[in-house]
Amino acid sequence: MSTINVLDHVMVPEHKIMSEEDVQALFSRYHLTSDQLPKIFHDDPAAKAIKAKIGDVIRIVRFSQTAGIAESYRLVIKRPKK
Amino acid sequence: MDASMEEQIATMPVPEKTKEQLRASIEGKAITGDQFSTITAAVITEYERTRIEACEAVGIVAAQSIGEPGTQMTMRTFHYAGVAEINVTLGLPRLIEIMDARKEPSTPTMTIYLRPEFRGNRDRAREVSWQIEAAPLHEFADITTDMENMQVVVQLIIAQCEKRKITPATIMENSPKKIRERRHYRDFEHEIDEAKALIRFFPKDIESYQNLFQLADHVRNVIVQGINDIVRVVVRKEGEEYVLYTEGSNLKDVFEVEGVDISRTRSNNISETADILGIEAARNAIIHEALSTLNEQGIHVDVRHLMLVADMMCMDGEVKQIGRHGIAGEKESVLSRAAFEVTVNHLLDAAIANEVDELNGVTENIIVGQPIQLGTGDVKLIAKPRLRV
Repeated sequence: MSTINVLDHVMVPEHKIMSEEDVQALFSRYHLTSDQLPKIFHDDPAAKAIKAKIGDVIRIVRFSQTAGIAESYRLVIKRPKK
Repeated sequence: MDASMEEQIATMPVPEKTKEQLRASIEGKAITGDQFSTITAAVITEYERTRIEACEAVGIVAAQSIGEPGTQMTMRTFHYAGVAEINVTLGLPRLIEIMDARKEPSTPTMTIYLRPEFRGNRDRAREVSWQIEAAPLHEFADITTDMENMQVVVQLIIAQCEKRKITPATIMENSPKKIRERRHYRDFEHEIDEAKALIRFFPKDIESYQNLFQLADHVRNVIVQGINDIVRVVVRKEGEEYVLYTEGSNLKDVFEVEGVDISRTRSNNISETADILGIEAARNAIIHEALSTLNEQGIHVDVRHLMLVADMMCMDGEVKQIGRHGIAGEKESVLSRAAFEVTVNHLLDAAIANEVDELNGVTENIIVGQPIQLGTGDVKLIAKPRLRV
């Protein structure tokens, strides 16, 4: 395999694993449970690049055409078998 | 503008872009503290007013906002858009393709950007394109089928090899190997004449003409240089730099070619983008592709509607189509699914599985004749009678 880093690509926004406290703060702020978050598969190239494990929450800082910068969150889950 | 104002702007509860615009508009102007607080207060009120209200049916608004201008789109267009010579599906068919999350678009193309050493010069750009464009053996050689001696003779043309920057030795070494591996044809022997740049292929069964012609066909068409899926590459100058446009798409292999700027190269194949660059890149690709398809037709849809669509499609970690195998077909509620398509099957399966409908959505509540949980319907008012003291 080559050593391309997908996070360098212009279409891939910044991905970061959130700390436990940040996750709790996020959940209490929006009154959420983890299963209400959008998902990302554990073998997603971007999730692999930041070495995220199943159950982690990833903060995604997107470039947005309307807001400039927009934050989003995804829960890492196992890719279901077909 | 002083430091305290800068700090206040940074902590304002408005998006980054609004802050930028505010900074730009008060830059270099003498503003007193009072004026500044009036301005910031007005900006915040104005921003609050533009926000969508809670319980607003954004999905319906998005559907209408994309659907109505969509009726103005050309039904069938096969344009040679953007780049001369490269055929790209546009208009309604392309939009349907995006929303259906097809594995393979009908006209996959890539836009390949080059590294600084290659992008300024047409010849250097062409060199990269030789590494990408799939070239069969017959472009490098004279191929003759010698029926008398039952063999296929390949005489390499040295000039052509030099032009496309590949040594005859590599071709001679690779082509028999590639016929076996890539084309899965193994019933032949070969003989290499290094000095004359000659390869001879013999079919295993020297009695059969059919095998000889089959072999000749494989020899002619084996890809000896470039990437299999990429049929054609066009070099085009865009502003200051040369960019490659391709017919056919293969992100993974193109990323490994020397001279390709990995950070900007993109494909119009959304499912491929999701596999190679991840779900977030796929979301961006959906927005970009849908928006450019609409804009190309002179239709201007607010990007927020497309963002909503892309968000919904990428919600579960993979790209889902809008339709029976995706968003509409995987809804929680039985009644909602039954209202969409194949009513009886859904109801029957639900009955067998003893499913329960929580009646949370819009469709199911309309079916049972209840107020829907949208807009004012979602607000539950509880009157607390004031206690007399």
